[in-house]
Amino acid sequence: MKKAIAIIVLMFVGTVMVGQNKNAKATLDVDGVCMMCKERIEKAAIKTKGVKSAVWNVETHELSIIYDERKADLAAINQSIADVGHDTKEIKATDEAYNSVHPCCLYRDEDVQKDHN
Amino acid sequence: MKRLPILLLLLLFPLVSSAQTVLNGLIMEENPDGKDMGLSGANVFWLDTSIGTVTDLDGAFSIPYKEEYSKLVISYVGYKTDTLTVSTNKPVKHWLKSNASLDEVVLKSRRKASSRSFIEAQNVINVSSAELLKAACCNLSESFETNPSIDVNFADAITGTRQIKMLGLTSPYTLITTENVPSIRGAAQAYGLSFIPGTWVESIQITKGAGSVVNGFESIAGQINAELQKPTTDDRIFVNAYGAANGRFELNTHLNTNVTEKWSTGLYLHGNMRDEKFDDNNDSFLDMPLARQINVMNRWQYTNGEKGFVSFLNFRYLNDEKQIGQINFDPDTDKGTTNAWGGEIDTQRIDISAKLGYVNPEVPYESMGLQLAYSNHDQESYFGLREYNIVHNSFYGNGLFNSIIGDSRHKFKTGLSATYDDYKELVEDTNYDRTENSVGGFFEYSYDNLSDLTVTAGLRLDVHNLLGTFVTPRIHALYKPWDKSAFRASIGRGKRSANIFTENQGLFSTSRNIVILNTGGEIYGLEPEIAWNYGVSYLQGFDLFGRRADVTLDFYRTDFQNQVVVDWEQTNEVRFYNLKGDSFANSFQIEFNYNVFERFDIRTAYKFYDVETQYASEKLEKPLTPKHRIFGNVSYETSLKTNGAHWKFDATYNWLGEQRFSNNSIRDYSPTVATVNAQVTKVFSSKFELYLGGENITNVKQDNPIVSSDNPFGPNFDTSFVYGPIFGSSYYAGLRFKI
Repeated sequence: MKKAIAIIVLMFVGTVMVGQNKNAKATLDVDGVCMMCKERIEKAAIKTKGVKSAVWNVETHELSIIYDERKADLAAINQSIADVGHDTKEIKATDEAYNSVHPCCLYRDEDVQKDHN
Repeated sequence: MKRLPILLLLLLFPLVSSAQTVLNGLIMEENPDGKDMGLSGANVFWLDTSIGTVTDLDGAFSIPYKEEYSKLVISYVGYKTDTLTVSTNKPVKHWLKSNASLDEVVLKSRRKASSRSFIEAQNVINVSSAELLKAACCNLSESFETNPSIDVNFADAITGTRQIKMLGLTSPYTLITTENVPSIRGAAQAYGLSFIPGTWVESIQITKGAGSVVNGFESIAGQINAELQKPTTDDRIFVNAYGAANGRFELNTHLNTNVTEKWSTGLYLHGNMRDEKFDDNNDSFLDMPLARQINVMNRWQYTNGEKGFVSFLNFRYLNDEKQIGQINFDPDTDKGTTNAWGGEIDTQRIDISAKLGYVNPEVPYESMGLQLAYSNHDQESYFGLREYNIVHNSFYGNGLFNSIIGDSRHKFKTGLSATYDDYKELVEDTNYDRTENSVGGFFEYSYDNLSDLTVTAGLRLDVHNLLGTFVTPRIHALYKPWDKSAFRASIGRGKRSANIFTENQGLFSTSRNIVILNTGGEIYGLEPEIAWNYGVSYLQGFDLFGRRADVTLDFYRTDFQNQVVVDWEQTNEVRFYNLKGDSFANSFQIEFNYNVFERFDIRTAYKFYDVETQYASEKLEKPLTPKHRIFGNVSYETSLKTNGAHWKFDATYNWLGEQRFSNNSIRDYSPTVATVNAQVTKVFSSKFELYLGGENITNVKQDNPIVSSDNPFGPNFDTSFVYGPIFGSSYYAGLRFKI
C-alpha cells in the first residue's frame, strides 16, 4: 500500500512539475552479482520509456541512469528492473521474476553470492 | 571410425577445463635480488566483478576462475596497483612494486598483440604496439608484415618502395588515415607509407570492406588508421637506433613533457640513411636506392577532463631524398644524359593539423569533434630521361556530432566535411593541373540491442567539382548468435579520382610509352572510379585443449562500375582507359590463431584471390597478384622477471603462389616464392632492450628483376616485373631505450 501511495505521489509530482530536466541523473541501488546481471539490468532500465543511458556497477551495485523526467519516473524504472528479476532498494522482485534469471545469477542465494566473492 | 575417439576427446576437453575453477597465485614484494618475499593482505580481484580475495601470510591466494575473467587486479596500500591479463588458470606469480620507487611502469604480463573485435559491427583488426615491434623496421609500410589481412610487396625493382594490397587491390583503393584524417593519398600515394616512422605509430586499426561514411567517400577495399604516439601516454624519453647489414641506419628519438597541468608536448625526430651501394645480383643496378630522410613532428595535447575537452595540434616537416639506378650513375655529371641510367626522387612535405574533441560531462553520450588538416607535398624527380614532378596542396575539414535517439541503443553520428586538393604535375613535357573541391554531409545511425545484434547504416551526400553530386551508402551488421561468435556483413560504395601517374610511378622506370585512350573525362581525360564492396565474415573463438583459439572466415567482393584500367599488356606501352565490361576482386581468407601454451602463439592464414579485369584485348587476371597465399607466424615470450626482463622470439613465413606476368616474352607466370623473417628481442628491463633479426633468411631472390638491364635506354627496359625479393637475406640489430 505504501508503495502504491509513493507511486501515486511520484506520478502526481511528475505531472505538476514544470521545467523538468530532459537529462535528469539518478543512482539506484540494484541487487545482482555478475556481468550477466549487468546486461539484464541495463537492458531492462534502458527499455523503459524515457531512459537514455544506464550503467550498472557490479561492485557497488549502483545503477547510474540518465533519463527524461517528462517521459519517465524512477518508480517505473525500478519496476522494470524488478520485472526482470532484480531487487531494487524500492521494489523487490516477485519470486516468479527472480526465479526466471539464470541459475548462476540467483543473487539472493548465499552460495551464489559466495561464488562471486 | 578412428576419428571418433579424438572427437570424443575434444568434446570432453571443455568439460575438463571448466572443472578447474580456481586460480592460484603468489604475490610478492619486489626486491632487488628477485627473492620470493610473500606479501600478505594484498587485495586480488577480477576487474569489473565483485569477485576478490586477500593473500594469506605467505602471499598466496586462491580465487574462483572463469574463462570470461581476464583482468586480475592486485592492489595493496603503499604499492602500485597492477592489472594482469590472464588467459588460463595457470598459477600466477607477481611482484608488486612499492609506491616509493619512481618507476612508473605497470606490468602487464600478457596482451594479445593483434586481435579482431568481437563487439564492433565493422570487421576491424586492431594491431597494438606489441605487434608493431615484431617488425622492427622501420616505417608504416613494413608494419603489416606480420598481419595476414594486408599484403606487402615491392612496387618495382628500382625504388625499394613497398606497396600494400588489401582484398587483392592496391593501396589507392584503401583509405589510409592518421588519427582518422585521410593522410596517404594524392601525391603521397606512392611513398607516403615510408614517411611515417614505425616508432611514431601507437596502434593500427584495419577495417576490411566498406568503412564508415564519417571519413569520406574514397575508401573501397577498406580503411587503415594509424594512431600516433601521444605526449601524455608515450614514454618521457624514447630512443631507438637501428642498423642493418644492407647499409640502412635509422635513429628515432621521442621527447615528451607536460608543460602545464593541461598542456603537454612531444617532439618526435626521425632520421634514416643508406649511403652504401649494393649490387648483389650484378645487373649494374643498385638493389636498393641510396636514401636519406629527416622527419620531425611536434605535437601539442590539451586535456581538460573536467570540462570534457581534448585537443591536439600537430606540425610536421619531412625531407626525403633517394638516388636510384645504375651503380656508376653520378647525378652531378650523368643527369639528363645516357652515360648511365639513374634518377633522384626528392620529396618535401609539411603537415599541419588540429583536432578538437568535446564530451559533454553532464551527458557522456554527447560528443563533438572537429578535425582540420593542411598539407603541402612537393616531389621533384627524374627516372633516367623521364621527369616527373608533383606539387599537391590539400585541405581537409570535418566536423562531427555524436548523440543518441531516445536511448543509448540508438546512436548517431552526423556532420559536415570539406576537402580541397590542388595538383600541379609535370609528366615528361606535359603539364597536368587540376583542382578538386568538395563539400559533404553525412549521417550514420547505429542500433545495438545490447546483446547480440548491432547494425550501422550510414549515408553521405557530397558535392564535388569533378566527381559530381553523389550519394555514398554504407551498411554494417554484426550478429552474435552464440558465445564467442561474430557474424558480420557489409555493403558499401566508394568513389574516387585516380591519380594515374603518382599511383603508378613505376612506369617511369621503364621504356614504355604512356597512352591515355580517353579524352572526355575531367581527370586526365578519364572518368572517376566507382565500386561497390560486399563482404561477409564469421569469427568464432573456442577452446582447444584448454587453450584459447579462434578461426575467421572472410569473403569480400569488390565490383567496379567504372575503373581506370592500367593496362601493361601491350609491348612498350602502358595504357590508361575507362573500364568497358567487368572488373572485380574476390577475396577469401581463412585465419586460425591459437595460443598453444602460455606465451606461445601461432597465427596462420590462407588467402585466395580472384582479381579480373576486362582489358581492351581480353579479360585477364590482374598481373602480379598471386591467386594463393599462405601466411604463418609464431611468437614466444619467456616469463617476466621482477624487473620486466624477458626474451621475445618471433618468426613469419610467407608463401606466394605463381603470379601472372603481363606481356613478358620469357614466361607467362612467375615461380612461387617463400620467405622467412625472424627476430629475437632481449628485454633487459623496462628501460632497455636489444633486438636482432633477419629478413628473408632463406635468401630467396628473384633472378633478373630488371628486364634489359644491359640496355636501359633501349626500347625493352622494364623494372616493373617484380614478384619476389630483390635483395637476399639481410640481418639487422637495434636497441630501444626509454624512461
